[in-house]
Amino acid sequence: MKELNVIIDGRELKAKKGMTVLEVAQEAGIRIPTLCHHKALSPVGSCRVCTVEVIRGERSRLVTSCNYPIEDTITIKTDSPKVKKIRKMLLELLLARCPDVEILQELGRDYGIEKPRLKKTKNDRCILCGLCVRVCQERMGVSAINFVGRGVDRKVSTPFDFLSDVCQTCGACAFICPTDAIKLEEISKHKPVPIASEFNRGLSVRSPVYLPYPQAVPSVPAIDKEVCIHLLTGNCGICKDVCQAQAIDFDQKDEMIEIEAGAIILTPGFSEFDATALSNYGYGIYPNVVSSLEFERILSASGPFQGHLVRPSDHQAPKRIAWIQCVGSRDIHHANHAYCSSVCCTYAIKEAVVAREHSPTPLETTIFLIDLRTFGKGFERYYERAKKDHGVRFVRARVTTIYQEKDGDLTLRYFDEDQIREERFSMVVLSVGLLQPPETKALAERLGLQLNEHGFCDVQGFSTVATSKPGIFAAGVFSGPKDIPETVMEASASATEASSLISASRHQLTNEKEYPPEREVNGERPRIGVFVCHCGINIGGVLNVPSLKEYAQSLPNVVYADDTLFACAQDNQKKIQEIVREHRLNRLVVAACSPRTHEPLFQETLRAAGLNRYLFEMANIRDQCSWVHMNQPEKGTLKAEDLIRMAVAKARLIDPLKPIFLEVDRSALVIGAGISGMVSALHLARQGFPVHLVERTSELGGMARRHHHSLEGKDIQAYLRELIREVSEHPLIHIHQETEVDEVHGYVGNFKTKLKSLSTGEINEIRHGVVILATGGEAYKPEEYLYGKDTKVLTLLDLKDEIEKGNPSITKSKNLVMIQCVGSREPERLYCSRVCCSGSIKAVLHLKEINPEMNIYILYRDIRTYGFKEPYYQEARDKGIIFIRYEVDDKPVVETIKEGDQDVLRVTLKDPILGEPVFIDADVISLATAIVPSSGKEGMAQFFKVPLNEDGFFMEAHIKLRPVEFPAEGVFVCGLAHNPKFIEESIAQAGAAVSKAMTILSKERIEAGGMVSWVDQRRCTGCGICQQLCPFKAIDMDEVKMVAVINEALCKGCGVCASSCRSGAIDLKGFTNAEVVAQINELAFG
Amino acid sequence: MEMVWEPKILAFLCNWCSYAGADLAGTSRIQYPPNIRVIRVPCSGRINPLFILKALQNGVDGVLVSGCHPGDCHYLSGNYVGRRKSATLKRFIEFLGLEEGRVQFSWVSAAEGGKFSQVVHEVTEEVKKLGPAKRFVKKSS
Repeated sequence: MKELNVIIDGRELKAKKGMTVLEVAQEAGIRIPTLCHHKALSPVGSCRVCTVEVIRGERSRLVTSCNYPIEDTITIKTDSPKVKKIRKMLLELLLARCPDVEILQELGRDYGIEKPRLKKTKNDRCILCGLCVRVCQERMGVSAINFVGRGVDRKVSTPFDFLSDVCQTCGACAFICPTDAIKLEEISKHKPVPIASEFNRGLSVRSPVYLPYPQAVPSVPAIDKEVCIHLLTGNCGICKDVCQAQAIDFDQKDEMIEIEAGAIILTPGFSEFDATALSNYGYGIYPNVVSSLEFERILSASGPFQGHLVRPSDHQAPKRIAWIQCVGSRDIHHANHAYCSSVCCTYAIKEAVVAREHSPTPLETTIFLIDLRTFGKGFERYYERAKKDHGVRFVRARVTTIYQEKDGDLTLRYFDEDQIREERFSMVVLSVGLLQPPETKALAERLGLQLNEHGFCDVQGFSTVATSKPGIFAAGVFSGPKDIPETVMEASASATEASSLISASRHQLTNEKEYPPEREVNGERPRIGVFVCHCGINIGGVLNVPSLKEYAQSLPNVVYADDTLFACAQDNQKKIQEIVREHRLNRLVVAACSPRTHEPLFQETLRAAGLNRYLFEMANIRDQCSWVHMNQPEKGTLKAEDLIRMAVAKARLIDPLKPIFLEVDRSALVIGAGISGMVSALHLARQGFPVHLVERTSELGGMARRHHHSLEGKDIQAYLRELIREVSEHPLIHIHQETEVDEVHGYVGNFKTKLKSLSTGEINEIRHGVVILATGGEAYKPEEYLYGKDTKVLTLLDLKDEIEKGNPSITKSKNLVMIQCVGSREPERLYCSRVCCSGSIKAVLHLKEINPEMNIYILYRDIRTYGFKEPYYQEARDKGIIFIRYEVDDKPVVETIKEGDQDVLRVTLKDPILGEPVFIDADVISLATAIVPSSGKEGMAQFFKVPLNEDGFFMEAHIKLRPVEFPAEGVFVCGLAHNPKFIEESIAQAGAAVSKAMTILSKERIEAGGMVSWVDQRRCTGCGICQQLCPFKAIDMDEVKMVAVINEALCKGCGVCASSCRSGAIDLKGFTNAEVVAQINELAFG
Repeated sequence: MEMVWEPKILAFLCNWCSYAGADLAGTSRIQYPPNIRVIRVPCSGRINPLFILKALQNGVDGVLVSGCHPGDCHYLSGNYVGRRKSATLKRFIEFLGLEEGRVQFSWVSAAEGGKFSQVVHEVTEEVKKLGPAKRFVKKSS
């Protein structure tokens, strides 16, 4: 099409025929005010504030730019005195009618109207722009409203001012109205129904085109086809017109896609319990009673109140908040959920702590609970901190009813120890449990999977991921309530199970991309190319892109500069490649959006053009400039100039970076041959990788050898025997019994470890690419409660052995007392040992079967039978086992008392309900002792440069998201060495460790280097500070030269060493000192 | 039009949290004063205090350093190193006789676009109040 040449405000511009003056100006970044214009609607020129002066030859006339078609060789002035005068007059007239409308006041100020000269005729919000009328007619095809009346009586209304029947309450009129003059309820007969935001749990509304949540991947909006006017009626379609990238495609249809797969992993998640089922709490009726998930959104920075802690009814900051636990969990009466949801206790504590941090005023937080179940790693400590440092109050009481007060406050009625109490709160959070919705149940049915009695996916044997159908695996809450670390472990474990099945076909579908060879640029002077992107009107609509391009062109070493509509578009990528070759560019700068989203794309372009991918720099003039300075185009343009100049300054100094490739020793070392270690070894061997399994003792099996049956009745010994047989027989597993690790050298992919036989002293060096630490745990040896002094006091493990043997002095005894938390949850071991509550209940249920007459007392602090173990606790209570709670500072006392001529073993403790001491004369006392990490873990921590936590368990890289990894790569942990856990959980974690190990072992070589640190050995003084600070243990000292050496395989490029080196010997490639200083200087002196 | 003095403020933002937070302010169109110029660094622990001094010496009016919240560092503990350096530099700046408000530190996560805008507002206000940097600026030869 022929291009037209026009001059706007002295700038020579190109335009296409058919464009309006306004469109041409906007594309060039020239601002013309508009009121009645909208891109999606036909221009009418009714408000006339877009008036400009058109000059052709000697003649000049005023026209409305929004509907004046551009012509060849005309000159336009958008800001001449004549134009300004007429706009000012128009605004004064409008302000006389609508003095309080903000956009008129703002625009008025731009034209020097401080106080309108004209008398205020009325006070209307409607400026009669007609956008609403046009959108209803042109885009919605409804015409429910129009202008009525004439002159001063002109207004927008429905026919005869009656509420409209044809109005579809789409809300387009209210949305497009620039002055909020339209009230939907004054137009429509129908009640408008806002679209509730699913992610904000209905606490805010969303539009039909929406991003489901801020971190959605991909970050691309979706159209809700249930409410989209276009998809429902064929009208509207405005989004398609305004989308500059032309990305809207209304013709997309649901598709059936067939995928051939060797295994299936199911991770459908869960729903929360709907608390409207419990009428006594008023959820859904009282606005200030919210579910825990809703509260989570209230606290979130991206939530309905932008992270401000306010209550829904009046948006005031609450003063007192109550949490009610076990809503829809451990409740067989109202909710029909016998299980414990496992996560609510800890999340409630977290919400209470975070709420206090967010609250602008002092906030009281109270949690009403039955048992406090902080059994996860680190959770007990968190609970203690919440109590002591954050003042969270814990009340052991069941709230029976909630009443709403007039001011929106809520009165809670509960039974506390001996009386009914009432307490008033500003807000109540219901800690709702986890469940499986009908959709996932239907999915399980479609796939022919068994569900358990609670409606979750049934898993088989000791596996937590194997479903009832071979080849289909489940992970996460689909198979039972659990916390994030466990779901992450299961996700990895199911990946291991799946890849074991299909390991033969590994890498068959992998394609490698081919690139041209890299051009050598060393020794060349910098030849920089700069591309300034308009990003449609995202940048070009605010900043003066053509002038930025000219500015870039003027900078030293810039040999080419251009502006482009969308730099990221595929054709422009090709064009950039051609220009790089044609102009022999050796550095590329793109001034556009954020490097966080687009750097990889341009680096790929550069690589395809035959240049090293690191010879690239971006100036972020959209996300951090045009979008955040929309009302200050001149200042924004000046800022963009600075940003481009700084980017060019850095680009001048950039060197090409080369990755290094390291061969991987494709075998593994597993330390510890308990269940975790053996399962790890077996998984690795099944996928074809040789394993060295090292065990200190002469027997395989670890702690599992002391367990007989699980709470659910599974035979642990049978499982163990089978596992030992498989491990012993597998040709790829080399078992080293009575052997210890003596020395370790190397790093990920290339470890060299010396193993020392404890019997012969023989040393054997092995090479391996990864290591899995499965060093296990031990039982705590108690000193309390007369253990070791009176033979009738046993540990739980001993008791179970005796029951298994059928020892009559145990099974025939009359009174059995069990004491829980022996050595756990104490100041010196401030963690829960997780398995003891279930272990004790397993033992007493077994004993009750043998001897129903036995009196059994369990003295506990909190019963922590989480998940599906809860019904066994219920069963124990039903069978008459007596549970008595004690406080940690008022522990039971065990003493031997002479009564007549007999020694009596007497337990004394305070009954929390009676408030009086009670005495139990016991025949047998069982102590549920803590699990402690096994000895020798310190050595392993030093050998492999991994940390231990304050309790002596290995500390993973991230407590939630990376439960088997360490900062040091190639080293993994599983089982009791990580934290106390059940056998099933250890097995899952072993699978997870293998899955992570496979990410290394499955490759022949690993890529490292690039943006990493390097040491100038001439300047290094060998002080070793960098070595201490490196979070990844990537720095070693060369003992001979006394200088620091960076291990590029381990360096992640954080630059901590570079900024901390006192002799300036270390620098970070990609972010060198010189590059940063160059940017600083450009800014300072520019 | 009369030229009004506008402060020149340099911000060092870590790539993983604060830079992402600044991007989010952009995608959410949360406006803030255009006085700020950002240098992206991998981690707040990468920032050599000398960079900040260099900027002040060369006539930048204020410097903002922002990293991940404690516990959120992409490099596990880099932000703690950054925090220690910042605390030390703060005292050194006092010792030099510079106004304390010229160098400011904050934690901004990738989800806190609003907070980033707020921080920029505050820093700009404070530096504006302090006026142009003079005391530490190297005299041009």
